[in-house]
Amino acid sequence: MLKNQHIKIIKPLIFLVALLPLAMVAQGIYMRTLVNPLEGIIHTSGEWALRFLLITLAMTPLKEITGSAHWIKFRRMTGLYALFYASLHFMAWIGLDQLFIVEEIIESIIDRPYILFGTTALLLMIPLGVTSTKGMIRKLGKRWKKLHQLVYPIAILGVVHFVLLVKKDLTEPLIYAAILLALLGWRARLRVAKIRKRHV
Amino acid sequence: SAFKDLKSSPFSTGEEKTPHDMVTGYNNFYEFSTDKTGPAKLSKNFRSDPWSVSIEGEAEVTGTFSLEDLIKPHTLEERIYRLRCVEAWSMVVPWVGIPLGDILKRFKPLSSAKYVYFETLNDPEQFPGQKRQVLDWPYREGLRMDEAMNPLTILATGLYNDPLLAQNGAPLRLVVPWKYGFKSIKSIVKIKFVKEMPETSWNMSGPKEYGFYANVNPKVAHPRWSQKREVRLPSLFGSKNTKTQLFNGYADQVASMYSGMNLRKYF
Repeated sequence: MLKNQHIKIIKPLIFLVALLPLAMVAQGIYMRTLVNPLEGIIHTSGEWALRFLLITLAMTPLKEITGSAHWIKFRRMTGLYALFYASLHFMAWIGLDQLFIVEEIIESIIDRPYILFGTTALLLMIPLGVTSTKGMIRKLGKRWKKLHQLVYPIAILGVVHFVLLVKKDLTEPLIYAAILLALLGWRARLRVAKIRKRHV
Repeated sequence: SAFKDLKSSPFSTGEEKTPHDMVTGYNNFYEFSTDKTGPAKLSKNFRSDPWSVSIEGEAEVTGTFSLEDLIKPHTLEERIYRLRCVEAWSMVVPWVGIPLGDILKRFKPLSSAKYVYFETLNDPEQFPGQKRQVLDWPYREGLRMDEAMNPLTILATGLYNDPLLAQNGAPLRLVVPWKYGFKSIKSIVKIKFVKEMPETSWNMSGPKEYGFYANVNPKVAHPRWSQKREVRLPSLFGSKNTKTQLFNGYADQVASMYSGMNLRKYF
């Protein structure tokens, strides 16, 4: 069973491990082993934004399944890392790919559904990041929970973004889609069970 | 280096060459892997010797020829070409090869031969990527006859003055520098003169995204990204600060083949 003092060690560890993908890209650029840094930065940050979103969504099921409430203590950090990598992903696209050319950025967002979905997902994540502090949780009360249910459309948009953008091999995005489906399905099942109980 | 007395070519560019390790370490070669660093790792045991090529179709001379027989009568040239991938990155590669037209003429194509069709080796034992149907194997490509005969089009057997490594399409590959890289088919085992426009791999898999012509064109976007600019490798942060040129900068040599053609329709 996890104890509070364990959490105090595990949390900073997760914090550091979560920075590893970024460190590896930085090392690749520095050592010149990453041949196409633009592609490396964009793929890595996008992949980890999605992974952290799914990890964040896995915390509640893990809590229920293991019967340990500690999982929820990691949720804010993994959620903020999802936002961190998604922002990096977006900024790399804006700066390195689009060279900050505003007309082209707007044109891309309008013309290409996958960019629209990805951008929307990132924009929706910002209010969640801003309201992730203890003070905001207290201030918003019941509304906080409602607001943070935005994570579901965000994750769906993120996965659809990935499915639409791959060149050929759909295996990887479909794995993400399957995990998301399982995580959402688990919640849906729970909700259905609750409604049934009420009706009995 | 393995080649001596390579003929230099007026078609060569003086632009900075992409370093050898990048040209041989960053490859789109789905027969090995869809990951670009995969081909270099997974191709160590690839056997490109002995190798033969089957010449078929609308020509007076057909049959199976060993690689040596194909190459021997010709003088190898160095051709330093820009290579533009459809994914919007580009390299400058010093190829070693022979004009394709010089080789094709030896087989005396008939007037009925309107296109040339190429096929890559189909051997999942050697190409682990072929165990999955990412593309409909074997890889197929094709050129119109005049494109095949254009002096810019070469069959390459080497790069950086050494024989081709497996990840770059050993022992024999096409290089068509004004077209997106996927047209430059690797590890060729079949060349066929045909009457009709042949089916080609990427066009079969995504007809709206990859046209038969696949001429580099900054004005015709890929449905999912712009082709206006490209990342010239090497590049520290990889920004797309190089402007893509029509026909990849080879318009003087090739534009006349497409005069009067709607390049948006025939992309």
